[in-house]
Amino acid sequence: MSSGHSETINVTLKVWRQEGPNENGGFEVHQQTISTDASFLEMLDQLNEQLNEVGTEPLAFESDCREGICGTCGVMINGRAHGPQTATATCQLHMREFHDGDEIVVEPFRAAGFPVIRDLAVDRSPLDRIIESGGYISVNTGAASDANLTPVPKAAADMAFDAAACIGCGACVAACPNSAAQLFTSAKIGHLGLLPQGQAERWSRTENMVETMEEFFGSCTNHGECSAACPKEISLDFIAFMNRDYVKAKIKNRALAGQH
Amino acid sequence: MNEMNASMPETPTTAGPTLDGRVPDGDIATKWENHKFSMKLVNPNNKRKFEVIVVGTGLAGASAAASLGELGYRVKAFTYHDSPRRAHSIAAQGGINGAKNYTNDGDSVHRLFYDTVKGGDYRSREANVHRLAEVSVNIIDQATAQGVPFARDYGGLLDNRSFGGAQVSRTFYARGQTGQQLLVGAYSALMRQVGAGSVELHTRSEMLKVVVKDGRACGIIVRDLLSGEVTSHSAHAVVLATGGYGNVYFLSTNAMMCNVTAAWRAHREGAFFANPCFTQIHPTCIPVSDDFQSKLTLMSESLRNDGRIWVPEGFDDNRSAAEIPEAERDYYLERKYPAFGNLVPRDVASRNAKTVCDESRGVGPLKNGVYLDFAAAIARDGAEAISAKYGNLFDMYQRITGENPYEQPMRIYPAIHYTMGGLWVDYNLMTTIPSLYAIGEANFSDHGANRLGASALMQGLADGYFVLPYTIGDNLADMLGQQAVPTDDPVFTNAVADVQNEQQRWLSINGTHSVDYYHRELGRIVWDYIGMARSKVGLEKALSEIPTLREEFQTNVRVLGSAKTLNQSLEKAGRVADFFELAELMARDALEREESAGGHFREEHQTDDGEAQRDDENFSHVAAWEWNGVGTAQTRHREELTFENVALSQRSYK
Repeated sequence: MSSGHSETINVTLKVWRQEGPNENGGFEVHQQTISTDASFLEMLDQLNEQLNEVGTEPLAFESDCREGICGTCGVMINGRAHGPQTATATCQLHMREFHDGDEIVVEPFRAAGFPVIRDLAVDRSPLDRIIESGGYISVNTGAASDANLTPVPKAAADMAFDAAACIGCGACVAACPNSAAQLFTSAKIGHLGLLPQGQAERWSRTENMVETMEEFFGSCTNHGECSAACPKEISLDFIAFMNRDYVKAKIKNRALAGQH
Repeated sequence: MNEMNASMPETPTTAGPTLDGRVPDGDIATKWENHKFSMKLVNPNNKRKFEVIVVGTGLAGASAAASLGELGYRVKAFTYHDSPRRAHSIAAQGGINGAKNYTNDGDSVHRLFYDTVKGGDYRSREANVHRLAEVSVNIIDQATAQGVPFARDYGGLLDNRSFGGAQVSRTFYARGQTGQQLLVGAYSALMRQVGAGSVELHTRSEMLKVVVKDGRACGIIVRDLLSGEVTSHSAHAVVLATGGYGNVYFLSTNAMMCNVTAAWRAHREGAFFANPCFTQIHPTCIPVSDDFQSKLTLMSESLRNDGRIWVPEGFDDNRSAAEIPEAERDYYLERKYPAFGNLVPRDVASRNAKTVCDESRGVGPLKNGVYLDFAAAIARDGAEAISAKYGNLFDMYQRITGENPYEQPMRIYPAIHYTMGGLWVDYNLMTTIPSLYAIGEANFSDHGANRLGASALMQGLADGYFVLPYTIGDNLADMLGQQAVPTDDPVFTNAVADVQNEQQRWLSINGTHSVDYYHRELGRIVWDYIGMARSKVGLEKALSEIPTLREEFQTNVRVLGSAKTLNQSLEKAGRVADFFELAELMARDALEREESAGGHFREEHQTDDGEAQRDDENFSHVAAWEWNGVGTAQTRHREELTFENVALSQRSYK
């Protein structure tokens, strides 16, 4: 981290352009002069202003909150999901992480489960399908008891939170050589499985979510790239937790447990 | 009442009939209970005969769509995001209020009600606020049952902290990510209904028109943001949960895509827009650093629990914070407001920051901030304890500024954060168009002229989980046996053609400047004249500059590409066009409101020590504006506000 002094640097951008899901894509090269106080996405904003001025369609890329919490942004920067800074989503990356003269390669998240829509924008809707298949606690509005009726050990609550911090950006999938979504899926299974409220559906949830995940994404071979790329530093321990629960879910006599 | 008060200034505005909020009679504490009993019900088997459209899937929209789906209605939910989990509710950091009194410090439903009415500077509707306070406790229960990981103490019970504008600890929180956790809770409830087939989810779909037939909302027109296809969707009721309009300022803490389009287009179809000048400035944001800035970042208000706000005592002081001795620092909030100190409400904290910066006592390279200093808290509790509370916020600050807040004070400055104004709704949350509802930040009703911290999440979820699902039945019950208007009806086909023509018009202008260029220029006008302090002269200037710039925008903007693919400039063109119209109405509303109240500070109306001076005699009302067509002055309606349970007083936090 720099000392907070800003300077102006020149960088060479190689950005991926692709008109649509079924078109061929390729790199375009652009020079940018930018303050190190600017964010990476503000540099892309500046590029888009310049493109619009010369009559070239701006680069499509996604972002929304620009505070690192909504999970909308995400590109590969020099081959790394969300770029060089650890625990940092693309929108929180600032140009002070780069140097004058750097070449920066910008590509969309690359994964079979995330088809390219246009330029840097990809379709991550399979992540919603995983949640839809069981990433919830079934409690209708109005059916809840008093919130302090069930104490939750602080350690369990804190660990559940560590998993719940997932922003659903998909960097884990993009970073994985197998395009696997184990870290995303296990974060939700861990979050709900660690809490007393989540116990009733623990086994059915795990089974449904894992099997939905496998329809869209590759298999985990324990590279750990997912956790390294995760802007919320979600731990690989949750994958172990999920794998354990999945085996248990499969071998349990679920009929006796009332789970079908 | 058809005439404006005689003391009103002369303007081209015309006054309309008085509006009735349809607040039920009876004691404030039992109104909601009685109303729930007196409303008509739709029996469980008949609910499936009704279609309901919900636009927006933030806290209000997701919770409403999920709850309506659980009840058995056929729901269609729309979001322009790729997933409902992206909505800007997710960025709320600090917490959510709930009158649980788990801390045994004297909180109650009545106290939360009282604090909210007072905090709103007596410009909210008492009955709505009381209902909000009542259901606040249910929200905490519901969210906890969903698995929202609220902070807990070592006994495993829920923890609370205090927030600005309150003297009790009633704020539930999940580290600095309370909005995220609550939204993920509502999102998971929604996805459960999507899986169950009761909610049909449309992502990357932007609502561009509300369709009205025979005076009743009957559907919406939607553009698919990937294919550009424009489609019609009909329903028995339409619910807008589309958030606030803070991005009219260009620079705000809102997400990049937040916009007023859904609400504004409902306004253009006849829904009144209330109190647009009531906008909230959040006191603790990272100051602007340069011209390329795309948005502002908020630092949670909870930081004011441990941070001390100060500026140098002298003017134009160029020393670093460390070089300024204790005796030459002015902890101005602690000095002026000893009772609340650094925890005064947002509007008071913001205005004071502006005052000291305007006096040339601002800090940082551009002299556009004040210090928020944690040195005393770190010395008292240790860096570890401070890190446990605020670690993620400190990290975020450091990533953005390159400065380490453990070693030097943060620099903060106010920024636009929330908008209290919005679509006018009655007690049932219905707009002036029957069957069209507005919930969450998109409506106007609960926060008056200023929202208290940790109350936005509360209101979004109150409306979506516990208010709308009851009140919507009262309206639908009357429509039993009626089919939704078919989408081949001319009201739909004409509306589709209008939207398609609008898209083509943007693409055909081919002028010189980008949409962002005009948005930034508009934002400058709005911030300068309808920002933290407003004056007659400034507002009149805004009213002359906005139409000129709008005209240029409409004829000289350059939108490239096609309407048949993902085209982010095209999406934004329509949103900025709506901001232009809204900005003008904000200026008009601010000009007409000849008083200061909450976030609306008119320089002409202040007390001797610079505090906001309300005029209860003439302005204890909601101003709700009626659209009369492009270029025609809007009609100003009023809803009189009566305060039977909270005595009107000059707010004092001293």
